[in-house]
Amino acid sequence: MSDTVAYEEKKLKIIGTRPIRPDGVDKVTGRARYGADINLPGQLFGSVYRSPYPHAIIKSIDVSAALAIPGVKAAITGDDFEDMPSQFIPVGEMVVNFRDMTRNVIAREKALYDGHPIVAIAAISESIAKEALKHIKVDFEILPHVIDVVEAMKPGATLLHEEQYTLIERKRLGSEPTTESPPKEPSNIAKRLTWEKGDIENGFSKAHIIIEKEFNTKPVHQGYIEPHATVATCTEDGQVEVYTCSQGHFVIRSQCAKLLGIEVSKIKVIPTELGGGFGGKNNVYLEPLAIMLSKIVHRPVKMVMSRNEVFRATGPSPAGHVKVKIGCDKNGNIVAADAQIDMQSGAFPGSPLPQATITCFTRYDIENVRVIGHDVTTNRPKVAAYRAPGAPIAAFGVESVMDELAEKLSIDPLDLRIMNAAKEGTQTYYGVTFPQIGFLETLKRAKAHKNYNIPLEKNQGRGVATGFWMNIGNDTTSSLNVNDDGTIALTIGTIDVAGGSRSSLAMMVAEEFGIDSDKVRVTTGDTSQLGFNFVTAGSRGTFAGGIVAILAARKAIEECKIRAAKTWNVPLDEVVWEDGYARPASSNVGGFDPLSLADIAKNATKTGGPIAGHSEKNVQGAGPGFGTQIVDVEVDKETGSVKILRHTVIQDAGKAIHPAYVEGQYQGGAVQGIGWALNEEYIYGDDGKLQNTGFLDYRVPVASDVPFIDTDIVEVPNPYHPYGVRGIGEVPIIPPTAAIANAVYKATGIRFNSLPLSPPKVLAAITKK
Amino acid sequence: MTRRHIEAKINGDNCDFLCESNETLLSVIRNQLQLTGTKEGCSTGDCGACSVMLDGRLVCSCLTLAVEVEGKNIDTIEGMSNGEDLHILQRKFLEHAALQCGICTPGFLIAARALLEKNPNPTETEVRYWLAGNLCRCTGYHKIVEAVLDAAEEMRG
Repeated sequence: MSDTVAYEEKKLKIIGTRPIRPDGVDKVTGRARYGADINLPGQLFGSVYRSPYPHAIIKSIDVSAALAIPGVKAAITGDDFEDMPSQFIPVGEMVVNFRDMTRNVIAREKALYDGHPIVAIAAISESIAKEALKHIKVDFEILPHVIDVVEAMKPGATLLHEEQYTLIERKRLGSEPTTESPPKEPSNIAKRLTWEKGDIENGFSKAHIIIEKEFNTKPVHQGYIEPHATVATCTEDGQVEVYTCSQGHFVIRSQCAKLLGIEVSKIKVIPTELGGGFGGKNNVYLEPLAIMLSKIVHRPVKMVMSRNEVFRATGPSPAGHVKVKIGCDKNGNIVAADAQIDMQSGAFPGSPLPQATITCFTRYDIENVRVIGHDVTTNRPKVAAYRAPGAPIAAFGVESVMDELAEKLSIDPLDLRIMNAAKEGTQTYYGVTFPQIGFLETLKRAKAHKNYNIPLEKNQGRGVATGFWMNIGNDTTSSLNVNDDGTIALTIGTIDVAGGSRSSLAMMVAEEFGIDSDKVRVTTGDTSQLGFNFVTAGSRGTFAGGIVAILAARKAIEECKIRAAKTWNVPLDEVVWEDGYARPASSNVGGFDPLSLADIAKNATKTGGPIAGHSEKNVQGAGPGFGTQIVDVEVDKETGSVKILRHTVIQDAGKAIHPAYVEGQYQGGAVQGIGWALNEEYIYGDDGKLQNTGFLDYRVPVASDVPFIDTDIVEVPNPYHPYGVRGIGEVPIIPPTAAIANAVYKATGIRFNSLPLSPPKVLAAITKK
Repeated sequence: MTRRHIEAKINGDNCDFLCESNETLLSVIRNQLQLTGTKEGCSTGDCGACSVMLDGRLVCSCLTLAVEVEGKNIDTIEGMSNGEDLHILQRKFLEHAALQCGICTPGFLIAARALLEKNPNPTETEVRYWLAGNLCRCTGYHKIVEAVLDAAEEMRG
């Protein structure tokens, strides 16, 4: 592949060890500063009036009584923002239409979900700001609403956007993509996307066995513990400074510039420590409101969401309605696979439909495939990315059907997957031909794993499932300076979303130089210090950040060699860099003592000035990620409660730079998947209002819900990374839903086709049986 | 609203502040005493990120009114390390990579210390149930539980 950086097999000193993370001490002492920890002199407090209705025309807004309260300084509505044309721009694994984004930040003609912002105000204290909200008068004309994805797709359903016509896109492997003219009737179906490979009808005609099933999943929230928070200042000359907790401050800057009509150079975004994101902090919510308020008062405006606001108006993942049909010959070879994935995108189009449809069957080498997807608007908050966005929804269906096929064919469920697994050279239905990948290795290691062979008792069951994520690279920059004592200052622009990329990047740079990793200090630069970086999404942080850090290090090392050549007065090609030293290339060069990085740095002024390296790149060559998980459950037949007994994550990391952080991703992702499988769901009342807006009723897994999560790191190097790194963050959340449902089937004899497998649902099914 | 004058001790030091009668201890700790290590994740007592000790008792500072702390000792994450030395739990959290984003970490450390003061030799299950009031969305709890068990062992000597 052109424009990639090749893998080189070499002996490693730093990579693969487990140093303590550089952000660690600040985090265990309470010193780390997150979004809500930033306070600026003279700051005001912003608060948001939100729609109490899921669907209503905003006839009028009266903020005069609120503004009359002493201490209230400003109020803004949708009218304060320029309307934007309908135009699709890719941002953070999602496609953004700024017409929609401006309406999601603050409603214009209609409120489209319970929690939709209508008015933002700024006041001298938090309590006055909250009090003022009670004095805002909005005249709503309440409209009928639609919450369920299947209902929203029906002809005659209540429409969210009267001007929305279904965009029909068809992509057939080997042919140019086609679009049909949209239907004449408006619809909540914003898009219909079809992928095709081979001949689906002919494929099924050769099947010995076909299983066809329907599945439903509920929206789940990313559930980061840190609510969204921002402090923005706009000066009298229009200079904007924003502190915010996001997964990509450059993208926040771009979105704010666009939404507020401000030049990019006038906005500086300073990233705070991020208290969790998982895809939910890729886009603006509060930032444009805080800037607009500050534009009026020219004082810093701080805005922090409550947990209720986080649940009602940010995230979540889509709900999914999925139909899966897979046919096998009598030996278990898949001959055809067909799926339909209907995804609820919330109030505006843009669910992770491409990702759900692309990942659906891609783990298997199948000749005849068709996947149809629908992107459907409903009266819920606009969905956001959530760790492997879309993939767990599709995989729940596909991996459940695979389990049923294995059972019907009397084949071990891992063997069925081994038989059909994608491998190097497999061409996917979306066009990519896989380079070296590690899927088969994860399956074989699962088969041989001790946890796959532990005997089970009554009411217990074992399930397996697999996951795939394509991973991405994208725009990434870094700047590296050799300090005068030979230590390194590395500035990065891709946010460490907590996985530990700052540590991993320091380790890769240290490995390049041949020094200890604690000699490299990594700082996340603000938007004025580096070129554009994409959001940390698609498991790109350590992969793409690593590539630009390595390239910056290589440039600086090259400069160190130039300085050594100058010092020794020899040609450059007679200097080599080894283990932290410039050395003569051979004994013929002369009897020079090696020069350490510290020696060279100390003399830098005399040899030409400070030594640095930098790299700016649209990083290519992300290695596809695959994983297999094994779950053992026990079902309490009196309560319907499902207990996870053992959970094993086996996944290809390419190369684990810091194995403890790789394990942390596997464990954290798996437990999010357990929550998705067993408990988490958005519950709406008939009134279209979200009923579980706190952590008491929206129950994420707690420590006593889960066992230790066993991990097995497979390392099949990515050919397009110097150390073989693949993204790893997203795959772990994909297999758990189906693996758990498959295990519950083994324990109870009941197949569950809808999530979550919460105790009332499981108990009802057991009682009915 | 009339504000009340309250005197208390925070991490061993005298402090005083004026607060409204409906103001939470969390708000006072973060906004008036400017100790932002105690975090607000939910303000309803469900996430445990605001855990502090009040006269030796583990509480959610978001559910405690500031006026209640008159004359009491408040201990927050900022008082956990002993001068230059981190508390054993803090060190074990680092060694075990028991934190990722870190927003829940202060609450976990305060809660874990309270557990080990009460029960120096907890089982894995006891650790998991004691910490069930603290939410972590990053780690899956694995390395946190390991770190607490390891710290308990070292503290027992």
